[in-house]
Amino acid sequence: MSAVTAQPAADRAGAARLPGVLATGLRRMTYEVRGYFRSPDTVFFTFLFPLVMLGIFTAAFSSAGEIAPGPGTEGVSVGAYYLPGMLAAGVLLSGVQGLAVDIAGEKGDGTLKRLGGTPLSPVSYFIGKLGQVFVTGVLQAALLLLVSATVFGVALPTSGEAWLTFAWVFVLGTVASALLGIALSSVPRSSRSATAVVVPIVLVLQFISGVYLQFSALPEWMQNLASLFPLKWMAQGMRAAFLPEDFAVLEQHGSWDLGWVAVWLLAWLVIGLVVSRLTFRWIRRDA
Amino acid sequence: MDQIQSPAVRVRGLRKAYGGVTAVDGIDLDIARGETLALLGPNGAGKSTTIEILEGYRRRSSGEVSVLGADPATGGRAWRAELGIVLQSAPETGLYTVREQLRQFAGYSPHPRDVDEVIAAVGLERKAGTRISKLSGGQRRRVDVALGIIGRPQLLFLDEPTTGFDPEARREFWGLIEQLKAEGTTILLTTHYLDEAAQLGDRAAVILDGRIVAEGAIDQLGGRAARVPIVRWRDASGARREQRTERPAELVAALAADAEAAGDGRDGEPAELEVIRPSLEDVYLELVSAASAPAETPGVSSAPTPTPTATPEEARA
Repeated sequence: MSAVTAQPAADRAGAARLPGVLATGLRRMTYEVRGYFRSPDTVFFTFLFPLVMLGIFTAAFSSAGEIAPGPGTEGVSVGAYYLPGMLAAGVLLSGVQGLAVDIAGEKGDGTLKRLGGTPLSPVSYFIGKLGQVFVTGVLQAALLLLVSATVFGVALPTSGEAWLTFAWVFVLGTVASALLGIALSSVPRSSRSATAVVVPIVLVLQFISGVYLQFSALPEWMQNLASLFPLKWMAQGMRAAFLPEDFAVLEQHGSWDLGWVAVWLLAWLVIGLVVSRLTFRWIRRDA
Repeated sequence: MDQIQSPAVRVRGLRKAYGGVTAVDGIDLDIARGETLALLGPNGAGKSTTIEILEGYRRRSSGEVSVLGADPATGGRAWRAELGIVLQSAPETGLYTVREQLRQFAGYSPHPRDVDEVIAAVGLERKAGTRISKLSGGQRRRVDVALGIIGRPQLLFLDEPTTGFDPEARREFWGLIEQLKAEGTTILLTTHYLDEAAQLGDRAAVILDGRIVAEGAIDQLGGRAARVPIVRWRDASGARREQRTERPAELVAALAADAEAAGDGRDGEPAELEVIRPSLEDVYLELVSAASAPAETPGVSSAPTPTPTATPEEARA
C-alpha cells in the first residue's frame, strides 16, 4: 500500500501510523468492562439475574425433594438440576440481551455517531464488545458456580471431560450470543424501545428452552420450536457437563447429542456474524 | 503532493435531497489550509446537512466534495485521523471520568495530544477524575471539545461548540481556538453567536434555504452597502429617527447644529444620539430578513436590500 501518499499526516514528524486494530480492541475491552460494572441496571438484570433466579428456584422447590431421571435412579438436588440452565441463561443474557440493549442505547444517545467520527475501526469496537461479554460472562459463570457449590450445596463435576464440555459450550455459546446481540441491536428503532424488543425474546426463549421449566416436561412441539434457537442447545450442553450420565435419557433423543449442540451453536454464530456484518452502522444512514 | 497546496475543503455544486425535499441546493465552498470559516444560517437552512456531508456522516445527492484531499463518502481511517469533530449534540452517557474518556479516544489516533495538556486547555484540571455524568452542561461541552481535539486534527469541525457556556467560559474557549489556529488547524465553525463568529472566523459564509447567499471576510460580509453606518437619534418631536450614511460625522454635526438652532435648551445635543457601524450580527440579520421577505423570488440577490442612504440635508428635511 502506498502508505505515504494515502496518509495526509505524512508530512508530520514521524509519519505516525494508526494504532493496531487488535490492540485498540483490547483497550476497548477493558474500557467496556469498566463501563459495564458502573451501570447498576446491567449488573442486576444481566450479571446477577441468573444467580437470583437460581436462588429463588432452589428456595421454592427444594422441599419437593430431589429430581431423578426415572424410578430407581439416583437424583440430584433442585439447585444442581437448575444450575446448567442458569449457566446457559447467563450466557444468553450477557450476549444477546446485554449487547443488544447496550448497542441500541449507544446508537440512540449518539455514542456510536461520535465513535464513527474517529479513526476507530468497527472491528476494534466489536472486539471490545465481544471481549466485554466474554470477561463478564466468565465472572458470571464463576460466581454462579461458586455460590452453587458453597451456598446451595451443589456437587460440581470432578472429571476433566465434564469441564472441557462446559468450556467449549461456554465459549461457543458466548461468541454466538454476543454476535446475535450485535445483530439484534439494529432492530429497535430507538434506544427506549430496545429493552421492550429484546427482553421478551430472551424471556420466551428461557421458558421454552429448559431454563425455568424442566425441558423433558415440555410438549414435543415446544421442544421442537426451542430446538430452532441456540438457548436450548446451550442448556443441553451445560446439562451434559453438569448432570450425571443417567439424565441423558430425559433429553429429546435420549442422549446429550453434543455433536448437534456444536453444529447448532456454530450455525447461530455464523448467522450472527453475517447479520452483524451486514446491518451494523455507526449511524442510521439516510438514503 | 498537491494535497499540501490544495484547500482543506473544496465543495462544488453540492446538493442533498431527502425524498422530495432539497436541503442543500448547490453549494460552492472553499476553506484554505489554516483558515477558520464561520458557517452561519438559521436552523434548517442546510448547515448541519452540509457539515455532516463533509464529515462523512451523510451521502450527497450530487456535486463534488473534497476534504483534506479525499472524498468524505469513501474516506478511510487514516483520513478520519486528521479530522476532529465536535457534534452539535453529544452523548448523554457519562460512565467514565474525563481522563478515562480522553485516554480512550487518544488511543484511536496515530498522533494524539497529551491527555493532561488537553484537560488543562479546556480548563477541567479539577474535574479530570470526575465522571462525565456528574459534570454541568457547560463542563460536558468542554469534554466534547477536548475529545474533538485530542487526536491533533488538521481540520476541526465545531458545530455550535459554546452552547451552554457562561460568558467567561466562552472567552476561555476563544483563547483555546486562537491557540489551535496558531498551530495551523483549519476550522469550520457553526454558531448562533455572531460575536463568536466575528471573533474567531477569518471568513464567514451565510447559508439560507440550502444556498450560500453571502460569503467573504468577516468585515466585508454582505458587501459595502451592508456596512454603511447607521445614525440614530430622537428628533425634536420625540420621534425615533434612523439614517444610514457614509458620512456619519457630517450628519451628526448637522443634527447638532439643528438642535442648537432650535434652541430647546439642550445645548445642541440631539437626544439619544448614536452612531452604529453594523456588526456581523446586524449584517447577518439583514441578510436573513431580506431573504425571508415574502415578495422574494428564487435567485435572491446576494446583497441585503440597502436602506437608501441620504445626505444630511435630506435627513433633516
